[in-house]
Amino acid sequence: MKDDVRIGVYICHCGSNIAGTVDTKEVAKFAQGLPSVVIAKDYMYMCSDPGQNMIKEDIEQLGLNRVVVASCSPMLHEHTFRQACQDAGLNPYLFEMANIREHCSWVTEDPKSATEKAKALVSAAVRRIYYQEPLEVREVPVTASVLVVGGGIAGIQAALEIANAGHKVYLVEREPSIGGHMAQFDKTFPTLDCASCIFTPLLSAVGQHPNIDLMTYSDVEEVSGYIGNFKAKIRKRARYVDEDKCNGCLVCVEKCPWKAVSEFDEGLAQRKAIYTPFAQAVPSVPVIDTEHCVYFSKGTCRACERFCDPKAIDFEQQDKEVEVEVGAVIVATGYDAFDPSVITSYGYGHYDNVITALQFERMCNASGPTDGKIVLRDGSEPKNIAIIHCVGSRDKNYHEYCSRVCCMYSLKYSHLIKEKIEDAEVYQFYIDMRCFGKGYEEFYERVSDEGVKFIRGKVGEVTNRTITEEERGKLVVVAEDSLMSAMIRVPADMVILSTALEARSDAEAVARLFNISRSADGFFLERHPKLDPVATTTDGTFVVGCAQGPKDIPDAVAQASAAAARVLAMISKGSVEIEAATAVIDEELCSGCKICNLLCPYSAISFDEEKSVSRINEALCKGCGVCVAACPSSAIAGKHFTTEQIMAEIEGVLV
Amino acid sequence: MAKLNLAIYWSASCGGCDVAILDINEKILQVAEIADIVFWPIALDFKRHHVEAMEDKSIDVCLFNGAVRTSEQEEMAELLRAKSKAMVAFGSCAHLGGIPGLSNFTNRAETFERAFVEAESCDNPDKTLPQNMTNVAEGELEQPEFYDTVKALNQVVDVEYYIPGCPPTVPIISQVVDALAAGKLPPVGTVFGSDKALCDECPRTKEEKKITKIYRPHEIIPDPEKCFLEQGMICTGPATRGGCEARCIAANMPCRGCFGPPPGVTDQGTHMLSALASILDVTEDEDIARMIDEIVDPAGTFYRFSLPTAMMNRRRM
Repeated sequence: MKDDVRIGVYICHCGSNIAGTVDTKEVAKFAQGLPSVVIAKDYMYMCSDPGQNMIKEDIEQLGLNRVVVASCSPMLHEHTFRQACQDAGLNPYLFEMANIREHCSWVTEDPKSATEKAKALVSAAVRRIYYQEPLEVREVPVTASVLVVGGGIAGIQAALEIANAGHKVYLVEREPSIGGHMAQFDKTFPTLDCASCIFTPLLSAVGQHPNIDLMTYSDVEEVSGYIGNFKAKIRKRARYVDEDKCNGCLVCVEKCPWKAVSEFDEGLAQRKAIYTPFAQAVPSVPVIDTEHCVYFSKGTCRACERFCDPKAIDFEQQDKEVEVEVGAVIVATGYDAFDPSVITSYGYGHYDNVITALQFERMCNASGPTDGKIVLRDGSEPKNIAIIHCVGSRDKNYHEYCSRVCCMYSLKYSHLIKEKIEDAEVYQFYIDMRCFGKGYEEFYERVSDEGVKFIRGKVGEVTNRTITEEERGKLVVVAEDSLMSAMIRVPADMVILSTALEARSDAEAVARLFNISRSADGFFLERHPKLDPVATTTDGTFVVGCAQGPKDIPDAVAQASAAAARVLAMISKGSVEIEAATAVIDEELCSGCKICNLLCPYSAISFDEEKSVSRINEALCKGCGVCVAACPSSAIAGKHFTTEQIMAEIEGVLV
Repeated sequence: MAKLNLAIYWSASCGGCDVAILDINEKILQVAEIADIVFWPIALDFKRHHVEAMEDKSIDVCLFNGAVRTSEQEEMAELLRAKSKAMVAFGSCAHLGGIPGLSNFTNRAETFERAFVEAESCDNPDKTLPQNMTNVAEGELEQPEFYDTVKALNQVVDVEYYIPGCPPTVPIISQVVDALAAGKLPPVGTVFGSDKALCDECPRTKEEKKITKIYRPHEIIPDPEKCFLEQGMICTGPATRGGCEARCIAANMPCRGCFGPPPGVTDQGTHMLSALASILDVTEDEDIARMIDEIVDPAGTFYRFSLPTAMMNRRRM
């Protein structure tokens, strides 16, 4: 036994949270009898100032060199107590927390067994701390530039905030223009602002900003490094148009004789083979879609090149790889709209006039495929329009979550329809109306007053099999009206499917690229749902907007600003603290088997070919322990989680 | 220098360790030069009472091979311990429990049932099993008691040195003989062999590993230049002490782990298992299940030589 170990143990009552079930006095008495324990006390609230002061005083007066607090989860107060220890001159890693609340008093009804369990947990912490060693938290400098991935509203907001603060931003967007989904919208709820009126100023601000290096039609291919010091490889795909020479006149687009389906218009219109997605695209430099350009398939045409005054067309252009160094990464890769064709009973893709929400959005837009007119496929005006909510959301077969925006945009559509077709009948088939944001309930009231018919019930089927004369020639929406407890049939000329927002189809690959996690719904996972909503488990990498989960524009903007603030705080501090509990390789034991090398989720392990041993970059290591567990020769040890410490803890809990 | 008194004994073992001593060829002459062999049942006609008659600590070195699974082996281990200055666990069975140690997955009754009743070569219609005491016409016969649990030597008596291997290799035996001759024995507790895992001395090229199928030795002819694990063959080299000069590897056979865990590793089997699990490149449940099934006899694969000294050292009784 080391005879210089002096442990203090403090049992917290947490009011009645712990003391209501656990006999804290008895636990303290038990702890007092454990080896190397100098003092054991119980107290009402250890996290209070008097509680913390008690620890500090004991460290000073009794010469404690290890402190155990048995209270709540370390998620909550580990930092508090580590700080208290540090204030009294004790290395924070010589502090250990036993969770006797979440792990004990809250989940154990019988006071006797709860007390015994609390003793076991305290015994485990006491045994473990005996072997704990002081560790030093290290600081690394922060590169004052930021990578923002995704040029939708969230990415743009974050980029502008950081660039306006005077720091370099690399904004990477895979489409030919920034803008994302918001650029497709007509109006925004609940204020009914014209989306492009409020959005295009931001697009051009990004395009012109001296601190923003905008890379569109580009993909992030590789990210390495760690907080404050990331390196990213970005592939700028060939546009076949020289960005420096192009003046954005778009004569090439006008002259191009070849067409393809417009992605931006959700398939409702065509675009040229050389194109910008929309009129106010930023940058206003077109790209050539090599799949539809006849020059690339047959070697003839070159109309664009002939008519290009500044000679910007370059058929020989190659992809370009760019490497940037950044201190932080903001992932703002957005969402995919749910593809409703999988719900065959709704007839999307089968019936001409069953359309998606985004298609309707484009239709309403003055610069959209129908110049803002709401029309059926045959060009006529619909009179009865049904809007089906929760298509793919709140549905165990597809996504269980609520997409949070569909109720509101569906209401917006009611209003737009009534505005454009005065005598139209609009039916909203909803499960619950969720109008929870600022001004949303008022908007609901307003639209209700406009004469929209709300039917509470899930639609079973959209069909063209008509029964009555009234239904003839129309689509029929068959639903259960759950307020009337009756099946109803509503004839409609047009059916709009309010489709869910879902995680991008490539979210898994993106998660791997940036070393971030995903929640069960597929969206990227924030570090803490309440207290750390924009950070991820990779320090220095943030996630904002719909990439993190369905949300409306105000929420996406708020998140983007929050992430920008976090990044700016890091940059202005100039350095960041990095994890001290890392893994270390004992080169004397490493046999160079290379089992660990590929396992590291943070790419912290490299191989020294000359000495034939693996090495861990401590700045990259997060102490996750994957390599420690995998190392077949125990050459890798996890600091603060050594085998000795873990075995002592297990033995302690078994006492 | 006075000649050393050397004893060599076997218990639960196959005899290979004794043969390995003879395998040192002409070096055996040097053994004879530096030592008087005072006890070696396989080669010389000494009896137990000869040993009992010796003074305590009169044997300088006892090379003890084999695990301990009977009362007689236990008594002999204790006796030799008392008579010897240095007790050496010689070979995998004495060192770690060895192949006989796998019988800790069963117990005495099941072992007897398998060995004396079920075994394909047995003809035992009356199901006669070995008995501790047997009455015959001439009187009562006593046989050593057969234990449920097989133990390594150091689980029965204190041990000074360990010579790993199934069997120990000639260079290591020679190294021990040289150390004895020079009177320069290493610190107590030393395991002869390398301080690193086998991969350190393995000449094959090693890359980063990801595998999607596990092969048994008879299923493929492995590339002799490439790491076995990368070829989907379970090689316990990464979790095994080096020092054997990678002999099996040179014969294009993966390591089976006879040198036991490298320094710092308490449990060879779990370490190898978690290392192997770490390199499986599958994510779907059914692929994972398939690969688990491809590991035929996992306990025997990962704990082939070390079950009695592993953290979980036997099946629950």
